[in-house]
Amino acid sequence: MRALPALLALCFFTLYPVPYALASPLSPPDQFEAFDIPGDGGGSVGLSWRAAPFDEPTLRYQVYMADQAQGPFTRIAEFAANTHYKSDVDRPWWSWDRNKAYHYYQVKSTQDLRLEDSRPYFFKIAVTDGIQTIDGPIQSAVPAPNFFNPAKANNFLLMLLFSAIVLIAIAQAKRHPHIFLRRIPGLDAVEEAIGRATEMGRPILYLTGSDDMSSLSTIAATVILGQVAKKSAAYDTQLQVPHRDPIVMAICQEIVKESYLEAGRPDAYRDDSNFFITNDQFSYTAAVNGIMLRDRPAANFFMGFYYAEALLLAETGAGTGAIQIAGTDADLQLPFFITTCDYTLIGEELYAASAYLSREPVLVGTLRGQDLGKAFLLFSILIGTILATIGGLVGTQAFVPLLQLFRDFK
Amino acid sequence: MTLFFRRTFPLLLTFLFGVAAAIQYYIPHPVSEAALTEVSVWLRIILGFAMILGIASLCHVHYAKIRTRVAGWGYSLVVYLSMLATVAVGLWSSGQEEGTGFGWIYTYALLALQGTMFSMLGFFVASAAFRAFRARSKEAAVLLVAAVVMMFGRVPLGEYLIPAAGPMAGWLLNVLNTAARRGIIIGISLGGIATSIKIIFGIERSYLGGRD
Repeated sequence: MRALPALLALCFFTLYPVPYALASPLSPPDQFEAFDIPGDGGGSVGLSWRAAPFDEPTLRYQVYMADQAQGPFTRIAEFAANTHYKSDVDRPWWSWDRNKAYHYYQVKSTQDLRLEDSRPYFFKIAVTDGIQTIDGPIQSAVPAPNFFNPAKANNFLLMLLFSAIVLIAIAQAKRHPHIFLRRIPGLDAVEEAIGRATEMGRPILYLTGSDDMSSLSTIAATVILGQVAKKSAAYDTQLQVPHRDPIVMAICQEIVKESYLEAGRPDAYRDDSNFFITNDQFSYTAAVNGIMLRDRPAANFFMGFYYAEALLLAETGAGTGAIQIAGTDADLQLPFFITTCDYTLIGEELYAASAYLSREPVLVGTLRGQDLGKAFLLFSILIGTILATIGGLVGTQAFVPLLQLFRDFK
Repeated sequence: MTLFFRRTFPLLLTFLFGVAAAIQYYIPHPVSEAALTEVSVWLRIILGFAMILGIASLCHVHYAKIRTRVAGWGYSLVVYLSMLATVAVGLWSSGQEEGTGFGWIYTYALLALQGTMFSMLGFFVASAAFRAFRARSKEAAVLLVAAVVMMFGRVPLGEYLIPAAGPMAGWLLNVLNTAARRGIIIGISLGGIATSIKIIFGIERSYLGGRD
C-alpha cells in the first residue's frame, strides 16, 4: 500500500514530459537581428527578435556569442521568455522603436566580456523549455562608437533655442538700452554695507565660495567682487578676500587691482587683500571664522558655491554683528544663508548681479533672455501637467511623444 | 601684441573650450571622453603649479603679521611652525602615510580637527534655528509652524503624540518644499546657461580683470 504513492509519483514524473514535449510549440526565434547600438560610445551590440506566441515564464531564451561564425559559441545570458522587450528600453520615440512585439537584449562590454570596436561578433538566440532547445539563426554585428547621441537631440535643440533667445535679447538690448530691472534688495544693499564698513572703520570680508574657477557661481562671485572692490576703493575701505583656490586667488587679485585702477585709487590697492588660506574645507572655515572674530569686519559677503561650511561661516558672521549679504546657487545651503544673513541672492540672482550692478545694456539683455526662457518653460510645464493629467485619467499614451520632448535621456 | 595676449587670446581660448565643453556632452565617442579626461589632467597640473602661488601668498601674509607684530601674530607663528613641521615629517616619512609620523599627524591631528569643526555644525544649526524661529513677522511665524510640524513628523515620539504630523511633514517636504526647490533649480539652470553664453561669446569679460 505504501508503495502505491511512490509508484504513482514515478509514473507522473516519467510520463509527464512526453506529452508536454510532443505538444511543444517551440520554434526558432524569428526576425533575429544583431546591430550596433545607435548613439553610444561603442563596445555594445543590440539583439532583437520577434516575440513568439509561446513566450511564457516557463520558457527561457538563451543568448550565445562567438568570435567566428562557426563558433564556438558561449552562453552569455539567459532569461524568461516573457521578459526583455524593446518597449522596456527607456529611449525617446525619435531614436528608438519601442515595439512590444520584439524582444531585445543589449550585449555590453564588461570586465568579463570584452567587445572591441570595429570587430565583428556573432550571435544566436536559443529558446528552451528545459528539455528541448532550439537554436535560431546566426547574425553578426560590429560595435562602433558614434559621434552623436540622438537620444539627447531634444536637449541639444532646447539648448540652441535658449541660446538663440538670449543672443536675440542681447541684440535687442543694444538697440533699446532702457530695460526695466526689478529691484534686488541684496544688491541694493551692497553700497549700504560698504558705507557701513567705512563709517565704522572696519574691513569688508568677501568670500568667493568653495568651488574652483570652472564653477559658474565662482565666476559670478568674481564679477561681483570687481564691483565691490570698485566701491571699497572709492570709499577707501579695507577689503579682505581669503581664498581656497590659488587660481581663483590669482584671478581675483587681477580683478581687484583693475577695480582700484578704474576707481582712480591705484595707490590704495594692497596686494595682500587677496590671500590664500588652504584648500581644505574645514581648515579654511576655521581660519575665516578666526578672521571674523579677530578683525570684526563690518560687512561680510558670501558669494559663490558653498557646502557644509555655509552655516559655520554665516552664523559666526551673524554673531559678530556684521551686515551680511550672501549669494549662492547651492540650493541646499540657501536656507542657512536666508536664516543667518541680512540679504540673500537666491540662485539666478547671483548670475544677474553683474548686469544689475553695472547696468550695461548688453548684460541686462541677457536677463530678458533668461526671463523669456523662463516664460517658455513655465508654459511648457503648464501644458505638460495638463496633458499628463488627462493622459493619466483617460489612460492614454497619446501625449507621451510630446512629453518626451522635454525629458532628459542619457 | 600685449593686448592680444591679455584680452583676445584668453577670449579666444574661452570661446573654443566653452563650445567644446558644451558639445562634448552630446558626443558619446571615446575621443570626446578622452579629450575631457585630458583637459581634467591639464587642470590638475595647472592647479599643482598654482598651489605654489597659494603657498607663497600664505607665507607672505603670515610673515608680514609676525614682522609687524599685529594683534594675533602668534597664530601666524603657529601656522609657520605647523606647516614646517608637517613638511619635515612628510619628507622624513618619504611621503608615506602608513605607520609613519606623517600618517599620525593626518589621523590624529588633521582628521580630529576637521571632525571637531564639522561637529560644531550641530550647535550652529541650533543657534541659527533659534534666531529664525522667533515669530517676529508673518513669514517667520509660518516658518516656525512649518518647522514644528516637521520636527513632530520626523521624530518617532512626535508622530506617536500627533499621528497626523507624519503625513503633514511628508506633504510639506514633498509638495511645497520640492516645488519651491525645483523653481529655484530651473532659475539657476537658465541663469547658468545665460551666464555661460555671456562668457563663451565674450560679452561678460570682467573675470579677466576689468574692461578694455
